[in-house]
Amino acid sequence: MSTSTFERKPPIKLAELSSLSPSDLATVNGVLAKLKDLPGALLPVLHGIQDALGHVPKDAVPMVAKSLNLSRAEVHGVVSFYHWYRTEKPGAHVIHLCRAEACQAVGGRALETHVKAKLGIDFHETTADRRYTLEPAYCLGNCAVGPSLLIDMQLKGRVTPERFDRLTGAMA
Amino acid sequence: MKPITVYVPRDSAAISLGADEVAVAIAAEATRLGIAINLVRNSSRGMFWLEPLVEVATDAGRIGYGPVEVEDVASLFAAGLGNAHSLNLGIVDELPYLKTQERLTFARAGITDPVSLDDYLAHDGYKGLKNALAMEPAAIVAAVTESGLRGRGGAAFPAGIKWRTVLGAPGGTPGVLGAEGAQKYIVCNADEGDSGTYADRMVCEGDPFLLIEGMTIAGLAVGATRGYIYLRCEYPYGERALNEAIASAYASGWLGANIQGSGKRFDLEVRMGAGAYICGEETSLLESLEGKRGMVRFKPPLPAIKGLFGCPTVINNVITLASVPVILDKGAEFYKHFGVGRSRGTLPVQLAGNVKFGGLVEKAFGVTLRDLLYTYGGGTLSGRPIRTVQVGGPLGAYIPESQFDLPLDYEAYAKLNNMVGHGGITVFDDTVDMAEQARFSMEFCATESCGKCTPCRIGSTRGMEVIDKLVAGDQPVKQEALLRDLCDTMLAGSLCALGGMAPFPVLSALNHFPDDFRPRATAAQMANVNR
Repeated sequence: MSTSTFERKPPIKLAELSSLSPSDLATVNGVLAKLKDLPGALLPVLHGIQDALGHVPKDAVPMVAKSLNLSRAEVHGVVSFYHWYRTEKPGAHVIHLCRAEACQAVGGRALETHVKAKLGIDFHETTADRRYTLEPAYCLGNCAVGPSLLIDMQLKGRVTPERFDRLTGAMA
Repeated sequence: MKPITVYVPRDSAAISLGADEVAVAIAAEATRLGIAINLVRNSSRGMFWLEPLVEVATDAGRIGYGPVEVEDVASLFAAGLGNAHSLNLGIVDELPYLKTQERLTFARAGITDPVSLDDYLAHDGYKGLKNALAMEPAAIVAAVTESGLRGRGGAAFPAGIKWRTVLGAPGGTPGVLGAEGAQKYIVCNADEGDSGTYADRMVCEGDPFLLIEGMTIAGLAVGATRGYIYLRCEYPYGERALNEAIASAYASGWLGANIQGSGKRFDLEVRMGAGAYICGEETSLLESLEGKRGMVRFKPPLPAIKGLFGCPTVINNVITLASVPVILDKGAEFYKHFGVGRSRGTLPVQLAGNVKFGGLVEKAFGVTLRDLLYTYGGGTLSGRPIRTVQVGGPLGAYIPESQFDLPLDYEAYAKLNNMVGHGGITVFDDTVDMAEQARFSMEFCATESCGKCTPCRIGSTRGMEVIDKLVAGDQPVKQEALLRDLCDTMLAGSLCALGGMAPFPVLSALNHFPDDFRPRATAAQMANVNR
């Protein structure tokens, strides 16, 4: 039988709970100060945080909620709804690989298999050495010269497995 | 000596093939040789197999070289940027691919520097808005209605009727449902998520002032003072170009409180999406702009009555809004003259996937797929026969060769459960496995469903499972019946086009290519026999 007991917790204090570093805290607060008064500010705020920190740390959620007068559930709901936002710190380089039909028609599936094997990870994962994070994309608008991917938001077209190896090989 | 003007596109497709590196190499080589050049980063002509397409201004016109790689730059200069080079294409405007097109919306594509307002003005820019500033709102709406322009995002709803509804609706107060006020909005749907389409991207990156002008005209027409461009975050190059152009339009009085001294106001802002395909659906886009999950709304109320923040809102696709300036400049009659039946004007068709000459082909409605695929596209890139094309993005049907002579026209397509959509055509050669494509359509729907409707949210996952069983030969007759039944439920039981149209590619694959759905071993054996 379970022996768990109900333990009364003190009221939540945001600063105490947060595992964010002082500089990350300052970043989140800076983004909020700049953008919180926009109409419909939540997406711009989350973009601002992710652009600066590489992800939306879970401890930023209550700060955003408080600042925008939303519930944490609402903010969490938005973070988890949109594929773009991630809650874990990514690797040094983020690769968005297109999986959509136009790229499939020119070898996208073979490239996908190659990239996963080469990096040893699946989508939404980061290599053990924290160099690469792999994300799927559904169309990068480069459909006449696929297969395509974004490396650190730089678009690359006609990516054969060999070109992928050259691209990643040339990266620091 | 007068500096030679050299053009290297800044379109992201060109950049994806090395245009930035080529531009750097050209500048360096010119410096090394002491040749004065004026390097312009223009937009793309939309002939992507030639990218990076370098152009050199001459007295006879602009001469093109492509595709240029960094290694070619030295030899280009050695040939004196003249005719004697193996990559020389001749006068770019004279290339048949371009010369036979009817470019209205993309009139400036590849010609101008996208973020130069001077360039825009020198190439017929803002003529439509100048006319609109002298017109009554109702007259602007009437011109758009009269032109026959229909929504280019896929639904093909007449733009003028949408605008008239917003013009006639009393303004609202942002965020207070039902309250009276003065606010109306123009929202541009630049969430171009359909695979095989890139015309919106080309406008955002290549002619941002055109979109700004179209939205400003829409604002004048319906009495809206604020606009938002909802751009997908996969388009970082478009974001930069739009923001540069918007800043420049503000600085020169083409946006803001007093447009060109008219006393009319229009403010414009770019908002970035966050990787949700569903936000291309207009009501979920509005939810997203409001800072919420992109859940589809019930209609009514229509966005034209209660849209963004509860206020009357015109929401149109990029190409729809970008088609407005030419209508106001040259008149509804001029625009209406193009096209067939109820499909008036031009459609920028985007050739994509396994196609030899992939690119943008703007033609009047009525052109056939065969013409587009063979005359322009030149067949497949792989050199194998075309087996099927998917028209209209991931929710569009797979069309077999027997239907290639159908004229591109909204009604003719709809009759066969096909869709013109946003004009994207994705080409597949004969190595394509249609069961795999059908499964992907279901998988995509499962990934991107907002979750509001059960047929879309759960049906898509069940659809994948049923297709897996079907191709595994597990009671195939029953599975096919089940799949058709499931598709029927999705078609009829979904609020928006995602669940409501995802069955089109599945059913078209099943109907036109039933052999691909036979159990795998048999298919493989057949392939061996055929070889």
